[in-house]
Amino acid sequence: MIPPAMSRRLLLAGLGAATLGIPSRMALAQPAATPRRGGTLTAIVQPEPPILVSALNAGAPTGVVSTNIFDGLFTYDWDMSLKPCLAQSWTLAADGLSLTFRLRPGVKWHDGQDFTAEDVKFSLEEIWRKIHPRGRATFAAVEAVETPDPLTVTLRLRQPSPVILSALNAYEAQILPRHIYAGGDALANPANLKPVGTGPFRFREWVRGEHIILERNPDYWDEGKPYLDRIVFRIVPDAAARAALLETGQAQYAPYSPVPLSDVARLRALPGLAVETRGYEWISPWLFLEFNLRKPELKDRRVRQAIAHAINRDIIAKTVWHGFGKPAVSTVPSSLTRFHNPDVPKYPFDVKKAEALLDEAGFRRGADGMRFALSHDYLPYGDDYRRTGEYVRQALRRVGIDLTLRSQDTPSYLRRVFTDYEFDISSSWASSFSDPQIGVQRLFWSKAINKGTPWTNASGYSNPEMDQVIEAAQRAVDPAERARLFREMQALAATDLPNLPLIELHFFTVHAKTLRDVATGPDAAYSSLKHAWLEG
Amino acid sequence: MAGGVAWLAARRLVQAVPVLFGVVLVNFLLMQAAPGDLADVLAGEQGAATPEMMAELRARFGLDQPVWMQFLHYLGNVVTGDLGHSHRLGLPVLTLILERLPATLLLMVPAILLASGSGMLLGGLAARRAGSWLDGIISAGVLLAYATPLFWVGLMGIVLFGVRLQWLPVGGMRDPGADLSGLALALDTARHMVLPVCTLSLFYAALYARLMRASMLTALKQDYVRTARAKGLSPWQVDAVHAGRNALLPVLTMVGLQAGALIGGGVLVETVFSWPGLGRLAFDAILRRDLNLLLGIVLASSVTVVLVNFLVDLLYGLADPRVRAA
Repeated sequence: MIPPAMSRRLLLAGLGAATLGIPSRMALAQPAATPRRGGTLTAIVQPEPPILVSALNAGAPTGVVSTNIFDGLFTYDWDMSLKPCLAQSWTLAADGLSLTFRLRPGVKWHDGQDFTAEDVKFSLEEIWRKIHPRGRATFAAVEAVETPDPLTVTLRLRQPSPVILSALNAYEAQILPRHIYAGGDALANPANLKPVGTGPFRFREWVRGEHIILERNPDYWDEGKPYLDRIVFRIVPDAAARAALLETGQAQYAPYSPVPLSDVARLRALPGLAVETRGYEWISPWLFLEFNLRKPELKDRRVRQAIAHAINRDIIAKTVWHGFGKPAVSTVPSSLTRFHNPDVPKYPFDVKKAEALLDEAGFRRGADGMRFALSHDYLPYGDDYRRTGEYVRQALRRVGIDLTLRSQDTPSYLRRVFTDYEFDISSSWASSFSDPQIGVQRLFWSKAINKGTPWTNASGYSNPEMDQVIEAAQRAVDPAERARLFREMQALAATDLPNLPLIELHFFTVHAKTLRDVATGPDAAYSSLKHAWLEG
Repeated sequence: MAGGVAWLAARRLVQAVPVLFGVVLVNFLLMQAAPGDLADVLAGEQGAATPEMMAELRARFGLDQPVWMQFLHYLGNVVTGDLGHSHRLGLPVLTLILERLPATLLLMVPAILLASGSGMLLGGLAARRAGSWLDGIISAGVLLAYATPLFWVGLMGIVLFGVRLQWLPVGGMRDPGADLSGLALALDTARHMVLPVCTLSLFYAALYARLMRASMLTALKQDYVRTARAKGLSPWQVDAVHAGRNALLPVLTMVGLQAGALIGGGVLVETVFSWPGLGRLAFDAILRRDLNLLLGIVLASSVTVVLVNFLVDLLYGLADPRVRAA
């Protein structure tokens, strides 16, 4: 059913290409089979989430479970346009300074209380803006939240802030119950461990170290959904054990690249299993090297360009990542079609050119054949990142840069790279999200050089021209102008090269073929399993 | 005798206080030496942070206080019986430890019993027939078990019995979807226990078997054994009662020393078999810089070691009257 306000939304769609009411790919490609009700789905979540509320912990494991219990105002369609969820429609004023949501009537929290505009206002003012690590920036322009009636929420903005529209799903802007959280210390609320949401599944039990069980919410507003009676999330810390559970059919769903890449081919060949790479487009993760521009060798742009020429991104995608990646061209991945700039300065694999640039920069080969030595702190998130580091070492030694790999645990890595700045080249992955303002700009904005804060601008890169472009893009109301500015940001980034995009990562979900309708949108890995069903 | 035990217990208790203090101090300092803190970890796992958020988190966790203040604060709480709060998991440390304790005991107690029982038996048999083909087979098997990495044995167990033959579950402590209770739950848990308990006891059994064989060989050469044989006692009686009882002492000592492993030592097996024990909790606490949680587990495991060694001392008395006299 198309909600009545949809027409109004369509009229306003001229404001943003993203809001055009293109019929979803889902709807067009609806499978012939009719969804079957019932059944228990055994899923794997890894590692164990610390709490079950995404609004209070933005980590991926929390998101995998939590988005089944809570809703957001919207979900995203394949073209990144908004699909109604707790909100049925939205209107943005022509000056871009007020944003109004019409809420769905008759929605109830799992404890029976009514869901109202006050819950939205509370979540935005007290949770997203005060506690959520990205929400603090995403909703920074909100000056006031008005609730003229229980089903209307209006955000008054200090300056136009289109980025808000890219962060309104259950993962990034989760609606919490005001009646449970108001007045207390949200981070210490016992409901964080036994959450009460409006979502398709209700929390039943969590046995730490073992499993989390959710059950179908019979009063869910989206009638007929969810199809599954129950979801059991098992906590399985060992990758080989995860593979064994999937292989024997004891688990049917495991998102977030649950097994080593070297195991994927074997699992994919099994008749009962499927490997799905859709459902991660909304975060669009990509892998890059970050250069510490405080180091004398790396301060020279020619050295950074030489490194870019010395690395063959095809090998990283095809060999190191077993094809689960695509050589990156720009710092905004190509999956963000609105913003991606394919025409940035490029650095094709060219060893001769790399050598020439290093010679030109005055770094000649010494008696041992090496020009200078650097260290590489690869992201300590597993073998794939270590092997990427090994390839980079090999590639750089070929042009006379003696690279030493440094292995450490995650807190040590974060402290070294983001607090002590005691690194030469680090590797990292980041989510760009569907708007570069959320995930990408931090790498290039001089105001994001925040010593002691993980995932900020660690290279020390600062360029007034870049700052101007980024800040103009934050304020731009016209979507075309905004996209142009972000394309300019990418061109500047590729010219100055404070970091080097390696590949666009393709995360994957392994699931049983009997589990249907898993990847139903670009944020499927971060959404509920309300569309999923098990074949009888 | 009862008075002796009480006296021994009181002495042990007094001795334990500086030990426990030292354990807490050393672990506190080691964690301080590790780069990064809980605020870094929380920012790290969420993929984003702001300077304000980092400052708020550190103030919340007390990480903005001087290190000595943090330590005194912790010590003050421990003295009053408060192990503190795991800020990452949002629960009191004591609750978290007590939640995991049953799983740990369920894995460790059967494993230690199985290991010490089979180790003593195999070691004793090998010593009686020292140099024979039986000794050869046992010694070779023991060496193999001793040298094979635990996680590999566990994984092979999973591949063979869990994936290929599908006789046993792949991991976990029970079937989470099944809502079992009573006997059905006990049987289901037992099925889940087979692989992890056997994997874990394999290594320890090998260790005890080697110890037992060596100490039994020494015992068999003693004069009292010759005397017992000369008296015409049956060979079994001589070996099991006269020699065996004396040969037990080194093995008992080893079991006592390894009681510390009861809490933390099963990390690999717990990981491979998704077993919700304390070892994994401790391991995660280190990786996540969850200071309160780690110190709580370390403290609990130190108390266990002290207690078990006290029990072993009592057992010595049973095995060897000379110890009782001393």
